[in-house]
Amino acid sequence: MAKRSKHEFKSNTMPAIVTVGPVAILLLFLVVAPLIFVAVMSFCQTDEFYNVVYKFTSVNYGKLISTDYLKIYAQSLLIAFITTVLCVLIGYPFAYIIARTKSKKKQLFYMLVIIPFWTNSLIRIYGWRTFLGSSGWLNKLLMVTHLVNEPVDFLYKTGTTVLGMVYCFIPFMVLPLYTAIEKLDGSLLEASSDLGAKPVKTLFEVILPLTSSGIFSGCIMVFIPCLGYFFVSNILGGGNTDMIGNLIERQFKSANNWPLGAALSIILILVTLILVKIYQKLGGDMDNLGV
Amino acid sequence: MKKAKKEKRNKRISIAFCSMVYLFLFLPIMVVVANSFNATTSKPYLSWKGFTFDWYIKLWSNSSLLSSFGNTIIIAVASTILSTIIGTLGAVGIYRYKFKGKGIINGLLYIPVVIPEIVIGIALLTIFSNVNIPRGMLTLILSHVSFSVPYVIFNVRARLSGYDKSIEEASMDLGANRVTTFFEITLPVLAPGIAGGALLAFTLSIDDVIISYFVNGQTKTYPLKVMESIKSGVSPDVNALSTLVLIGTILLVFVTQSGILSGKHKKI
Repeated sequence: MAKRSKHEFKSNTMPAIVTVGPVAILLLFLVVAPLIFVAVMSFCQTDEFYNVVYKFTSVNYGKLISTDYLKIYAQSLLIAFITTVLCVLIGYPFAYIIARTKSKKKQLFYMLVIIPFWTNSLIRIYGWRTFLGSSGWLNKLLMVTHLVNEPVDFLYKTGTTVLGMVYCFIPFMVLPLYTAIEKLDGSLLEASSDLGAKPVKTLFEVILPLTSSGIFSGCIMVFIPCLGYFFVSNILGGGNTDMIGNLIERQFKSANNWPLGAALSIILILVTLILVKIYQKLGGDMDNLGV
Repeated sequence: MKKAKKEKRNKRISIAFCSMVYLFLFLPIMVVVANSFNATTSKPYLSWKGFTFDWYIKLWSNSSLLSSFGNTIIIAVASTILSTIIGTLGAVGIYRYKFKGKGIINGLLYIPVVIPEIVIGIALLTIFSNVNIPRGMLTLILSHVSFSVPYVIFNVRARLSGYDKSIEEASMDLGANRVTTFFEITLPVLAPGIAGGALLAFTLSIDDVIISYFVNGQTKTYPLKVMESIKSGVSPDVNALSTLVLIGTILLVFVTQSGILSGKHKKI
């Protein structure tokens, strides 16, 4: 018996500790502990020098339901929702075309979706600001063609922030959709049309149901991170289109009320948990998340 | 005849639509590249004052920009190496051995992937400041490792699921010990998954803004340098560096990708 457990130790326990130990430690100290700490901090107070005092209070959660904040939550959800819908509407046909093309350049088409993401995302968003600004290319073009006489103010609107968000997240929609659509068996589409189904019917009754997993995972990959991308609304929204991410950023970087920022983060965590649960209920596979 | 005509029209619409999407994706990059040749010298560097290569020369004397770029590379290399080692070992261990809490570890791996980066960023900031780890290079590397490891594990795991354990048993039966078997048998089979995971870890690290923004202390990475300069107008030497990085990464990734692909062909 003792010998057997010794063998068990050598062949299973010890290698398990050596291989999984580092990951377990990492997850414990850099994922679990920090998140628990945020939850604890959301119930703490600050002194007059903005230092965190570890004394229980629920005042931070009370502040979360102020009307100013409620407006920003609504705005965040709206922007994230519109962004997600636009990503599906643009990303689906796009992914469909490049996934089902018979062209030899298919690999290149795929790479061309990824290449923009090797340029720093901030500088690309700043590129949009340069493009849309009052002395930007777009306004120059409109003036030269006499479509307008004075520069149009494109910046600092909800639409501008949505544009930046769609720009940031569309690959996260396109890539899972590409994978799902590529797996689609072409003979099913032929069968559907041979049996007399119109293209629209084939789309809604064959193609969409078979690729719904890609749509679901794409939506999760767009909607959730969108809520936290504060720099897009900073650069393109100029403070007019604040989202919940901007509120959190401000509490940690300028207003220095970490407990309130922690409480705001708890909202984001809850939203994430709820959406992931819905995703799983709809039959979504966790392994399809995260490109 | 009518059908062929219709197909041709559909094809044209498809091409037009995809071109629009690609234009959308590349437009800001064209702006960035164009502005790197802008001869303007006054903030906010927005109006076009003619073509120049000056910024590509001035770039080399902008020491704070170059050192931020150096930091980004150091952090990316260090965190990629660490997360690749930890992730590969972890993926193999989770796949192979029996232990309590396997389900918990599997579940926890999804947290950095699905939770918004800002939450990870502030969570790491609060814990680092509470246990008094000075923020800087070390905290940046640790943070980047923490969000890269799951991606490495997912990549390696995808490779493991089609893996035939019996070749390892054969190796051990033939007298190789566990460590030799790991290096001589297991690692070469997993290599494409490991390389894919490492590439992803590197890409995530060099582009990370949000998490770095909270845990950096006084250390500036390249994206954070860009963020800082956005307030006063991004000077064209930043654009010049971005352009060089873009060209560099395109070359690098095409070389490594073809390397991985040809490696794969040899293995199977």
